[in-house]
Amino acid sequence: MTAPRILFDNVSRFYGEVLGVNRVNLAIQPGITSLVGPNGSGKTTLMNLMAGLIRPSRGEIRVLGIPPDRPEELFRKMGYCTQVDAFPKGLTGYQFVYSFLLVHGMIESEAAKLTDEALRRVSMTEAANRPVAAYSKGMRQRIKLAQAIAHRPTVLILDEPLNGLDPMARAETIDLFKQWGEEGRHVIVSSHILHEVDRISDQVILLSHGYVVAEGQIQGVRSEVKDQPMQILVRCDKPGLLASRLFEQDHVVEAKVNEDGKGLLVRTRDADNLYLLLNRIVLDNGLEVEAVAPADDDVNSVYQYLIGGEGGTT
Amino acid sequence: MTWSQISTQPWMLWRRQVAAILRLELKKSLFSKRAWWIYILTLGPVVMTGMHSLFSRNGGHTMGEDNMIFAGIFQLYFLRLGIFFGCLGIFSNLFRAEVLERTLHYYFMSPVRREVLAVSKYLAGLIAAVTYFVGSVVLSFIFMSAHWGPVFQQYLFHGPGLHQLGWYALTAALACVGYGSVFMLTGVLYRNPMIPAAVVFIWENLNPFLPSLLKKFSVIFYLKSLCPVGDIPDDGPLAFLASMTEPTPAWLAIPGLLIVSALILAYAAAKSRKLEVSYSE
Repeated sequence: MTAPRILFDNVSRFYGEVLGVNRVNLAIQPGITSLVGPNGSGKTTLMNLMAGLIRPSRGEIRVLGIPPDRPEELFRKMGYCTQVDAFPKGLTGYQFVYSFLLVHGMIESEAAKLTDEALRRVSMTEAANRPVAAYSKGMRQRIKLAQAIAHRPTVLILDEPLNGLDPMARAETIDLFKQWGEEGRHVIVSSHILHEVDRISDQVILLSHGYVVAEGQIQGVRSEVKDQPMQILVRCDKPGLLASRLFEQDHVVEAKVNEDGKGLLVRTRDADNLYLLLNRIVLDNGLEVEAVAPADDDVNSVYQYLIGGEGGTT
Repeated sequence: MTWSQISTQPWMLWRRQVAAILRLELKKSLFSKRAWWIYILTLGPVVMTGMHSLFSRNGGHTMGEDNMIFAGIFQLYFLRLGIFFGCLGIFSNLFRAEVLERTLHYYFMSPVRREVLAVSKYLAGLIAAVTYFVGSVVLSFIFMSAHWGPVFQQYLFHGPGLHQLGWYALTAALACVGYGSVFMLTGVLYRNPMIPAAVVFIWENLNPFLPSLLKKFSVIFYLKSLCPVGDIPDDGPLAFLASMTEPTPAWLAIPGLLIVSALILAYAAAKSRKLEVSYSE
């Protein structure tokens, strides 16, 4: 049996004549999925489509088998923390979370229990009885997160959830995402902080100008980028010798000795062949190899290869 | 929908959801800085009749004349202006204000049927409108003749006064029900509800000049039929153009107005399913 998924079948969304997303086909598995792309690439549009806040101009979406135009079913399983920094007036943090749990139809004792639990998870228990209007940006972000997770959803959509959080809160929140991902939930995160996305994602979806340019596990996506030679870092005691042997191969494009003289950065069009060759060179020449690791199979590199420009804050 | 389908609907859940939404909405509908002009619409006649009560002191007119003046205020001010524009402000903003404040998505991200949300918001608006305008009508009615002292008490408790007051209050409440549903619909359908509101206003005020059949497609026609004190000459210099139509009896006007309002509300609720959250537009 396949795991329940989030499916986009040839989905397009236009805002008048402006393209939101176009011809999106996706099957998102449980775990942490990051949406990566520059501003205006369609990340929020994709999330809003999943949540049924907007409707596709074409195509079909199913979230765990539920069409997003049935919020009464969808939001029993989904929580969405949007980027919108606005709250109903006159509520404290506690009332904000609690009131919307009552809107779910919960009885008061159950809503109170889940509110306490959610506030504890985002470390907002102490500030819970202060008005939301008096919160800092980071606290507002956390209370939104509490509201999104309070009903224990299996699909969690988080639009730039780390915005405004201090490093400590950011680390705690990332741990929370990891925990949810490991529990088999769908956690869909958009973030421009690429090194953090890289640390937590099981898979990434790269978007540019409304199109999905790549999706899957980041290493898999990187290996599909054939026109950009792979970069492999080899830490060894004789980098000069290694470089001279590697240059005999056609697929090796560049080999650059590290400034400390103890390593070599190799660019190759055939990584598999390079690894085999490396074994042979090591055996033939008695090299001492400390480490061999890909240097550009992270989100930031893939982002720059596929989309170009700055990959965001790192 | 069959009876067995109706009976299997989650009524208990919907009841809890309506109560939860009412709790959130009533705060906004009853006490809002944005509604200052609605407070003026409701307090205006109370202040005017209060001043009348303080300063006229039974001189130069009869209580019957006060009753006729109040009937005029009720038909010309409350029904045609105060409640009309008050309901426009309250009901067309039930969704619109949340778009402006960028908070509508919290409701749309809750597992609540949009129809339940629409009906709950309508109920919150209705409670606010009825509180404001029925309250204003009752206070204005009392202030209008309070200075007659024991004569007024006699008229109120032992004459037709209380009965008339009851009909005024009921008519005002029905006006809130009728105009509320119309403006709820315009608020759901149109980004700028002022244009459809202007069309409704013109239609309602053209009512005396419309042929008998068309008159029946307006809220004011039924409301006027329910007013307890006779015909008020409200057609101005164009009165000769007005067409005469038999008033609708109360037993037909009240259920008729309620059914039409329910149909409009049902349509608005169905349309709310198609609403999207797009704050940037």
